[in-house]
Amino acid sequence: MARYIFSRVGQALLVLWATFTISFVLLQAMPGDAVMVKFQNPEYGLSAEQIADIRAAYDADGSVVLQYVHTIGNFITGDFGYSLQAGVAVSAQLAVNLPSTIRLAGLAFATAVLLAVVIAVLSNISGFTRLRSFVLSLPSLFVSIPAFWLGIMLIQIFSFRLRLVPVINPGEWEGLILPVLTIAVPISAPMAQILLRNIDEVLTRPFVSVARAKGASHAFVLWRHVAKNAVLPVLTVAGVLFGELLAGAVITETVFGLNGIGSLAEQAVNFQDVAVLQAIVVISAAAFVTINLAVDLLYPVLDPRLKAKLGGVA
Amino acid sequence: MTILDTAERHRNIDSPNPLDWISAAPAAEVATRAPAKARAYAIRIQPGLVLAYIVLAIALLWAVAPGVFTSYDPVQGLPGQQLKAPSALHFLGTDALGRDLYARLVYGAVHSLSGAVAAVAIGLFVGTALGVVAGSAGGWVDHAIMRLVDILLSIPVLLLSLSIIILLGFGTVNAAIAVGFTSIASFARLVRSEVVSVRRSEYVEAAFGSGGTFFKVLWRHVLPNSLTSVIAFTALQVGSAILQLSTLGFLGYGAPPPTPEWGLLIAEGRNYIATAWWLTAAPGIVVVLVVLSINRVSQAIGRAQR
Repeated sequence: MARYIFSRVGQALLVLWATFTISFVLLQAMPGDAVMVKFQNPEYGLSAEQIADIRAAYDADGSVVLQYVHTIGNFITGDFGYSLQAGVAVSAQLAVNLPSTIRLAGLAFATAVLLAVVIAVLSNISGFTRLRSFVLSLPSLFVSIPAFWLGIMLIQIFSFRLRLVPVINPGEWEGLILPVLTIAVPISAPMAQILLRNIDEVLTRPFVSVARAKGASHAFVLWRHVAKNAVLPVLTVAGVLFGELLAGAVITETVFGLNGIGSLAEQAVNFQDVAVLQAIVVISAAAFVTINLAVDLLYPVLDPRLKAKLGGVA
Repeated sequence: MTILDTAERHRNIDSPNPLDWISAAPAAEVATRAPAKARAYAIRIQPGLVLAYIVLAIALLWAVAPGVFTSYDPVQGLPGQQLKAPSALHFLGTDALGRDLYARLVYGAVHSLSGAVAAVAIGLFVGTALGVVAGSAGGWVDHAIMRLVDILLSIPVLLLSLSIIILLGFGTVNAAIAVGFTSIASFARLVRSEVVSVRRSEYVEAAFGSGGTFFKVLWRHVLPNSLTSVIAFTALQVGSAILQLSTLGFLGYGAPPPTPEWGLLIAEGRNYIATAWWLTAAPGIVVVLVVLSINRVSQAIGRAQR
């Protein structure tokens, strides 16, 4: 087990290091001097001291290898360089924007889980085949909807037609309703699909037949025997869902004019602010790798069957 | 099955693109366990394959011969016809410059569809090449390529395409390259797993045994037999590429403004959301219908091959 943990952590670090390296190489592909000239442009409002700092940070006068070593050292200590557009440290920008994105993504994730469970339950308890086939077709519909369009449609329907949720100067939480839905709906679709597939699969297992033979109702079997077995595999796509959440945040924050990592990324592209985008890419890759690592390590803890098998192997 | 096997199995559905893991990997997993059940399940959730083909045929005809479907100009506005609601004259209404929205949608098909096809072609060729090399060479080459694929998969798709855009700049071609780049990793992984399983089969060993050179066997036996499941996946990727391209277009990184690209149409209509609902509703519905149809057809192809 210790050996397994060790190798998985090593793999994760390797992927992270390689991600940084690739993003560094891409950054170097940008004409280096042009970047430095950009920094010196008075429009960015960087003081001479900050420019000297940047030169030192990127080791602009040293060799590429030195620059690489320097930058990786800076990244490890949480120094991501300076934003061209805002003229402040990228780490400061991240600190300001991260909490709102985490709140948005967290709420969206919770909503998506709720939606997925509702879809899965509805399609399993409803007696009407027509309702069931409608519910079953929802996931493939949801993944075909562009997230930004969904956001605009929600604004149009709920804010302008029905006047239920204000878009102009909404309250802090009121303003989150539509953005959360915009992210949650597309994510709930694949979740529901996996859930449905798992439920169908678990229902074929012998222990379900045994429970039925003992006189258990369908609802009881679903709740007592199927739910736990069907939910666990959904964990394995946690990393992918994280990526989806982040992409959802970029789009939703743009559509709804919210501040956060997503709108930061969008502005970074608009202003060719490479340092900001690089920081966001590396951090999100780190989060992805960490989530996958956590899932891989937690899985045997949550599923005793795997632990037993692992014990047998190790 | 050891835990490492389990981890490996999960990694099949680790692709950042949800479309990858909805249909491709888990379906195969279910199929190996309970083929009959999987087939029944798939048939149940699939209404209107014919409708899907009709939608795609219309979209393709829009792209090939837009002039047949509308007599209006997609770029030149009509004076005095600004922001007209849908009517018999302009049945999807007009935009702020008096341009017929239906005409813009029809003429936009070629931009959205060709961009998506180009993007998938990049992913297909580069990904297949990487997958074939990794799967047939084995050893450290395989290891190096698959680690590279892991890295590409660990960056969220949208951020990956934004990174490419920031390097290459805005534009139709660059957006297509960016979207294509994001699908390389999933193609490589799929093709590699196919190649590895084909390589183990007896007829490939026999081909080697009867004196076939490495490349000859690769070209004549391994590649054609590895491509079957790739085709369904390719179709699926076209749908996902249309979505991604429309997202980039919406963010303003794709084709420049007078172009009637579908994502850009939605972005332009966004300013008139309170007064002219048709400007955002219609292009979005077209995108949804086309992507939905492509996914249906891809499902059908995948099932036919199984």
